[in-house]
Order: sequence, then structure tokens, then C-alpha cells
Amino acid sequence: MAVDRAQESGSYGSSRAVLVGSLIGVVLAALGVRILIEQHGGQNLLASIYDLIGNSAGAEALRNGQGDQFFAKLLLAAIALLVGVGGIWLLFTGVSALVERLPPRYRDSILPWVFVTPALALLTIYLVYPAVVTVIGSFQDKNGAFTLDNWASLATPPFLEILRNNLLWLVVATSGSVGVGLLAAALFDRIRRESLAKVFVFLPLAISLIGATVIWKFVYAWAPPSQPQYGLLNAIWTGFGGQPIPWVTQFPINLPAEMIILIWLQTGFAMVVFSAAIKGVSAEVQEAARLDGASDRQIFFKVIVPLIRGSIVTVTTTIAIATLKIFDIVMSISGGRNHDDVVAVRMFAEMFQFFNDGRAAALATVLFIAVLPVMILNLRNFRRQAAM
Amino acid sequence: MTAPAQPIARSKERSRFWRAPMLQSLPLRLSVIVICFLWTLPTVGLLVSSFRNPQLITQTGWWVAVLHPFEQGQWTLQNYQQVLAANGMGEAFLNSLIVTIPATVIPITIAAFAAYAFAWIPFRGRGILFTIVVALLVVPLQMALIPILKLYSGLSLYGTFIGVWLAHTAFGLPLAIFLLYNFMSQLPRDLFESAAIDGASAFQTFIRIVLPLSIPALGAFAIFQFLWVWNDLLVALVFLGPGADVRVMPTALFNLLGAYGGAWHLLTAGAFLTMIVPLIVFLALQRAFVRGILAGSVKS
Repeated sequence: MAVDRAQESGSYGSSRAVLVGSLIGVVLAALGVRILIEQHGGQNLLASIYDLIGNSAGAEALRNGQGDQFFAKLLLAAIALLVGVGGIWLLFTGVSALVERLPPRYRDSILPWVFVTPALALLTIYLVYPAVVTVIGSFQDKNGAFTLDNWASLATPPFLEILRNNLLWLVVATSGSVGVGLLAAALFDRIRRESLAKVFVFLPLAISLIGATVIWKFVYAWAPPSQPQYGLLNAIWTGFGGQPIPWVTQFPINLPAEMIILIWLQTGFAMVVFSAAIKGVSAEVQEAARLDGASDRQIFFKVIVPLIRGSIVTVTTTIAIATLKIFDIVMSISGGRNHDDVVAVRMFAEMFQFFNDGRAAALATVLFIAVLPVMILNLRNFRRQAAM
Repeated sequence: MTAPAQPIARSKERSRFWRAPMLQSLPLRLSVIVICFLWTLPTVGLLVSSFRNPQLITQTGWWVAVLHPFEQGQWTLQNYQQVLAANGMGEAFLNSLIVTIPATVIPITIAAFAAYAFAWIPFRGRGILFTIVVALLVVPLQMALIPILKLYSGLSLYGTFIGVWLAHTAFGLPLAIFLLYNFMSQLPRDLFESAAIDGASAFQTFIRIVLPLSIPALGAFAIFQFLWVWNDLLVALVFLGPGADVRVMPTALFNLLGAYGGAWHLLTAGAFLTMIVPLIVFLALQRAFVRGILAGSVKS
């Protein structure tokens, strides 16, 4: 009993310290937020510090956009990390400490809400509410009146071309990534230095889409026929006697040229998942098929592929969603100017170039409708999983 | 008597079937080498060119430089100097760190608390709320762009680091909560019962037991989110904009592509700079990353 009480008062004391500490922290974090939101917050803060220590020349230079800009940036970075990383922890510890001081009856019913409210609030503000607004916005004109024009315009030739391109991306880029990934997983499973070989295919997954686009734009680079071809592909092509081809600017060859970039990136992801799944197929099954006289190819397609179907479905849906939303590659190669426009790029143009939010909202809703089947599939799987 | 011996015989059989005969097959070896070669060559070309003399890059292919590495005037570091200083890649690098680290830590923290409550603390509405999280997993972030941008210009959050942290946090949350929930709900019930008997509060249980045990899942998601935010172009373009004091590396590279589309000495060096950090993170934490991919894709 005495021990219990000692422990209790111990934790009570520490919880008070935590509470006071967190509250001070939250005030500091709020000050940090203030600096971060302000234009040139870093420069202004450093200038004030310089004023304090009497370096008025340095402060003056900073306020004029000169002087120790780099230190101002570092200072801002330090504040940003403290606020961003520390602030969120202080928030949770502070509020939890506060709630834990309540009587148990209230505490137990309030505490779970302390834990889930930040997540639910962010999801509501950033996903649920905007989704509703966007769907409604797709039926509104510039003055907010009801209209079907945004949707009707999607049936005109330029937009039908965009939808066609997205469909091509969906089918070709997805099946390309899944197919090559499956091939790589099957081949690599049979060699000795498997993990080394996998790294080569896997590595592009770390590279940004725009980085990959630069890499491939260099492979596709074009020079006039009279000049040396420094792009790898045209060097090989002209080496075989062909005329140099502007791979990324000439329709329709630019479509597959762009898709190859995504396939190059995504194959590693597919390979890793398939390779783990193939290792899960029991040796007995393969052996039985072999005893029945099946060839390696038959074993692969008739035994292994059906057994890893679940993995194939999840990888396909994941990559399919990525191809639907494809933005970076097309945006940075041409901005969609060579008959290669896609929904996400056009939406960006409608927002920032044509200032037609209604049509941009309709385009976003098209993407949303396209992923609805996957959402339903996820919910069904989840309910089945939860029921078990 | 023969039964216990069989698994051993089987496993030998497997290794002989899958490995030994195939290893001898030349087509297999060749195709593996060709795949690895194809997947590496584009990046090697970029890397080699980024260190070449700007005049030479468009005069000869990068493979020429590899074949004649000791020719005078072949190599230089000036591409990197130029792109870091004159083209603002240096500042963009700092900005990328300022954006990425909090945009990784904040969602993990928020998701960990939420996933713990969803998995282990009964409260009213738990089931339906978690179902909503699962539904939000695939909602395209394009749906959020217009309304959030309007909200941001009203709150003057446009072009601020905080604005982009919160956006990345929210867009990463559904997957984070889902992955962490899957992991935390597998923890043994006894842990929580004995913690409750010891008088630990829900918060203490989370900090002292759940969090340390969830490190594999937290790490896997951290790598995902770090790579995603570091490599993101769309969210950065929409919510941060192209201003030099806030733009991140993908935006800087995007500007470089638009402004100097043919300046390969800048583009190659710039692209490689954007890749360094993710490649290091990726190579150092590959195992955790693979684990995360498998957890995320097999279960969803």
C-alpha cells in the first residue's frame, strides 16, 4: 500500500513537471511558428540578434537582403526543426499530462480522443472537406452558379486526347512495370548473387520522378544529323544507320518514351514484392508439377503465377494508381504540349495558367472516380480481415 | 521413420531444381546481366556527364569520356560549383531538409498516437472512424489542391514551411495510420494487461511499451515518407511555389529544366545533387525499406 502510494505520488510529481515543461514548450513553439510564417523570418530574427549584440551593420545588410544570408537560413532551419519535430511531441505530452490529472472517469473517456483528434482533424481538413468542395466545385462556374459546362468540356477533342493518354499510361505503364518486375523476380530467384542483382533494379526507386526524367531526357537527347549524337539512344540508333529521332518531342513516340521512365522506376517495387511471394511458394508444389512433367515455363505460369495472384493484384493496383496520377514526368518533359498531356498536368495548367478552377475540379474528380473501385476493394478486404 | 528425413530431402531438391541447373544456363545469366546493365546505364551516363567539361558534354557521348578518362580537360567540378551557387541548388538543399525532416516526423508521431488508440483503446465510433481512414488511403491528393490553396491564401500559409509540412502530414497520414495499426494490433495483449496492472496510464504504456516495440514499423514508414517528401514535385510546386527562399530541390531542378533545357552540365549536376540524399538513405536502410514495402503492399 505504502509502496503504491509512493509510486503514485512519484508519477504525480513527474506529470506536473511534464505539464509545466510542455506548456513552456508550446509557448516557445508558437513563437517559432510566428517566425516561420513571417516573410524573411530568418533574416529578421538574425538581424534582431545582431542589433542586440551591437552589430548594426550586419543587421542592416541582412534587412536589405544581403550579408549573412546563409546563417539566417541555418538559423531558420534550426528553428524549423525544433518547432516541427519538438512541437508535435510537446503537444501530445502536454495535453496527455493535462488529461491524466482529471478524475479517472473523465480521463479514460477523453484520452483516446486526445490521441486520435490531431489525425482526424488533419484528415478532415486536408482530405474529406476538400474532396467534397472539389466535387461540388466541378459543377460550378466562376460565379459559383450551377453548371455542367466543366464536365461537358471534358468531352471535347483536347480533353478526350488527355483521357486517352491516361488510359494508355494506365494500361501500358502498369502492365510494363508488373511484367518486367515479374520477369526480374523469376530470373533473379535462380541466380547465386540474387541480392546484388536486385539492388541494380531496385535503386531507381529512391530517385525522384523529376530526377529520373532528367536522366532519361539525357538518354533520349537529340542533336541534328550533322552533329555527333551525345544521347545514348540516338547514338545507337544512328550507329545502325537510322536518322536521329527526337524521342521526347515527337508524337506518338514520346508516349512510350515517357512511360519507360516510370517502368524503369517502378519495376524494382514490383520485383521486390513478387520475389518475396515466389519464395513463399512451397517447394513441394513445384516439385509435384515437375514430376508431372511440367517445363520450367509451365511451372512458372501455371503454378507460381496463380499462387502469387494476391501479390500481383496489390502491386498492379498500387502502380495503376501511380500511373493515373502521373504528373512529374509529363510536366517536366513537355508540360503536355506534344499531344502527351495527362489529367494531373492539365489540372495544374487549369489552376495556374487558365485560372479555371471549375474545370480543374472536374479533372480532379475524374481521378477520384477512377480510384473508386480500388477504394471499394480496400474497404471490402479490410472488413473481411476485421471479421476474422 | 522416413517422415523426418523427408523435409531435408525436399529442401535439397528445391535448391537443386531452382539453382544448380539454371546457373549453368547461359541465356539466364545473360538476361540477368542485360537487365542489370539496362537499369544502371542511364544513371551512370548522368553521373559521368555531371563531372565532364561543359563544352565536351554535347560534343561527344559520355561513353567516350569513360573510354578516354585521362584526356586533358575532360573532368571538372565547376558544374557542381555553378549549380550550387548560381542556380540556388545549395539553398534548395537546405530548404529540402527544412521541409522533409518535420514532414516525416510529424505524421509518424500523429499516426502512432492514433494507431495506438485505434488498436488498443476502446472508444465510441472507433470502427467507423478507422474505416474512413482505410477509405482515404487511395484518395488522390489532387482532390485537395484547389480548396487547400484557397484556404492557405486566406491564412497566409502559402509559401510557408508550416503550410507544406501540414499538407505532407495529412497526405501521408492514411497510409501511416494503416501500417502502424496493422503492426500495433499484432502486439500481444498480455503486454497491455500487465502494464495496466502496474498502474501505467495509457500515455505511459504508449511511450514505454508500444513505441519501442513499434520501431521496425515506424522506421519503415519513416523511410517511405522521407523519400516521398524529398522527391515530391507537385505539392512543393502548388503550396511552396518557385520563390528562391522556400523552393526545394525538385522545384529547383524543374526550373533548371525550363530555363536551361539544353544546359546539360547544369542539369546533370543538379539532378545528381537531388539524388544524393535519397540514395544514401535508401542504401543505408534498404532492409527496413523492403520490409515496409512488403508490409504495405501485401496487407492492403
